[in-house]
Amino acid sequence: MRDMIVSELMQAVHDLARGFAHYLPRLIVMVILALAGWLIAYVVKMILRSVLKLLRFDRLSENAGASQLLTKASLPSATEVVSRFVFWLTWLGFILLGVSVLGIMGLQDQITRFFLFLPHLFVAVLILFLGLLAASFFSRATLLAAVNANMPSARVLSLAVRSIITVFVFSVVFEELGLAEQTMLVAFGIVFGALMLGMAIAFGMGGRDLARRFLEERFVRDKDKKERDEDELSPL
Amino acid sequence: MEDETFLTDDFLRQLINVGEVDILVGLPTHNNARTVGSVVHTIRTCILRNFPRERAVIINADGGSRDGTTELVTGISIGDSRPTSDVYALRTLHSISTRYASTPRSGVALRTILAAAELLRAKACVVMSPDSENIQPEWISNLLRPIYYDGFDLVSPTYRRHKFDGLLMTNLLYPMVRALYGVRLREAYMPEFGFSGRLGNQFLGQNTWNDGTEGNGVELRFALAAITGKYRICQSFIGEKDPTERRGADLVPTLRQTVGVLFSALESDFSQWSSVTGSQAVPTQGTDQEILLNPLRVNRKRLHEMFSIGVAQLESVFQSILSPSTLAELHRISTLGEEAFRYPAELWVRTVYEFASSYQKSIINRDHIIQALAPLFRGRVFTFVVENRNGSAQDVVNNVESLCVEFERLKPYLLERWKSRE
Repeated sequence: MRDMIVSELMQAVHDLARGFAHYLPRLIVMVILALAGWLIAYVVKMILRSVLKLLRFDRLSENAGASQLLTKASLPSATEVVSRFVFWLTWLGFILLGVSVLGIMGLQDQITRFFLFLPHLFVAVLILFLGLLAASFFSRATLLAAVNANMPSARVLSLAVRSIITVFVFSVVFEELGLAEQTMLVAFGIVFGALMLGMAIAFGMGGRDLARRFLEERFVRDKDKKERDEDELSPL
Repeated sequence: MEDETFLTDDFLRQLINVGEVDILVGLPTHNNARTVGSVVHTIRTCILRNFPRERAVIINADGGSRDGTTELVTGISIGDSRPTSDVYALRTLHSISTRYASTPRSGVALRTILAAAELLRAKACVVMSPDSENIQPEWISNLLRPIYYDGFDLVSPTYRRHKFDGLLMTNLLYPMVRALYGVRLREAYMPEFGFSGRLGNQFLGQNTWNDGTEGNGVELRFALAAITGKYRICQSFIGEKDPTERRGADLVPTLRQTVGVLFSALESDFSQWSSVTGSQAVPTQGTDQEILLNPLRVNRKRLHEMFSIGVAQLESVFQSILSPSTLAELHRISTLGEEAFRYPAELWVRTVYEFASSYQKSIINRDHIIQALAPLFRGRVFTFVVENRNGSAQDVVNNVESLCVEFERLKPYLLERWKSRE
């Protein structure tokens, strides 16, 4: 009886040792991958930071309006945020690669899905950045054109352009990420429709005078307009 | 000769038929049928009177006219000019017209004229504006003679102008070119000008034709190229400028093709202008300016309103372009009423220099920087009009001179901002 117990215990220890010996190289590989991943991620972060500084990315993000958002959220500069994001993403990728080497059942699928999700994440971030940049550019262009044309409510027009583009950009980003596609589509439709309806009502009701003036200036060369033309000095 | 490739075969054939010439008159056109007839007639009269022994050609570079402009240019024969002249040309006066594009582009038009001048080995050339209503034969002669007889390379015109005409020239272009390049050239943006074959060839060879600007403001680029190339420059008084020529032009496109071009040139010419101190007078034939003082209606209220609204509405844009102190001062004056409002010369110069350095650093889109200058320029125009409302010609001259001195005095400020990393 005693011998049987000892034998079973020995067998269990042996199995454990064999299992551990079986997993140990994989564990070492995982640790090596994690360490190498940290090093690679760090190098990538440093290179990316230098490249972004060289490209004056902070100024670009300032133009896009992203820097203001980051400042409000007490976050570091856009260059720093992007470099850190890429660092963590790269390191996480290596860690997950290491975990996949362990061959733990159930985790494999999740890891594969994570790697398949990465391109979508990159595209979404890119769309978000370029979209905010476009929103900033077009809203500023609208503001300048409206001010130089002596149109009233130039800021409102500019804000409307920025809002429409931003709403559109966020709907595309969520679609790219595959997050609540239907909800976002409906929400976008509602927000966009509301914006358009609001503008139409505002233009029709609140801006009757503005609309009348606009149409008169566009189609009727009235006396005032003639006078304004006469008063315009030749710059050259 | 590499630039001849963009010329059409037909145009090249016509140029070959002409052979070499002494004088070339360039006429860029686009739907100028109303005035081009009298302009060509005046050119021919001038050639007959003043250069009867020289081989001459009129080159019309047309930007897709649909009103018969080109037919008018080539259709006027030499005989049409003879009855008004006592002399006869001893040479054939050729007129050639070419359509370089279906839309007008001043850069392509000038490039066509320069390429023709190079192929024909023209010694003296002149570019004339096709929409001048009061052009005289002396205008062309005054622009050609210093080139042909005195060896100058660029002749810039000076005009008889109303004191409130050409305010972008007097309040920004002339003082800034003078302060930065050290040359007192009154009309750096020249609607008419004379140039030597060698200056034309040098400019033709420059790589400025494919820089994405569509050749906007090429006249200003040409003048700056002559200054930086150390060519012999002079001014020649030609007569009264017709202000209606430019009245239809919007301020923003005008700023693009003048101030935008100047700011852009500052980048490439930095090594030259950064070392210049003071300014030198340019040899001038005739008076260097004549000022008309007849009353002129100016809508000051509108100018003031557009300035104040502009400063208030464009605050976010100005925050990127201007220093906090300049912006604060602009805010302060924008709240002043019409009577008390003044845009002082020093503040105006600081504003322009800060715009120039922001343009160089591309703080925001460059075209947006130029557009943002428009309301501020209107504020400066208001001040200039008020300060010179009752002033004599000498008062106006003194005011412009003091503004120029201010531009020169504050040049180190521009250099400081230009070199700063912020």
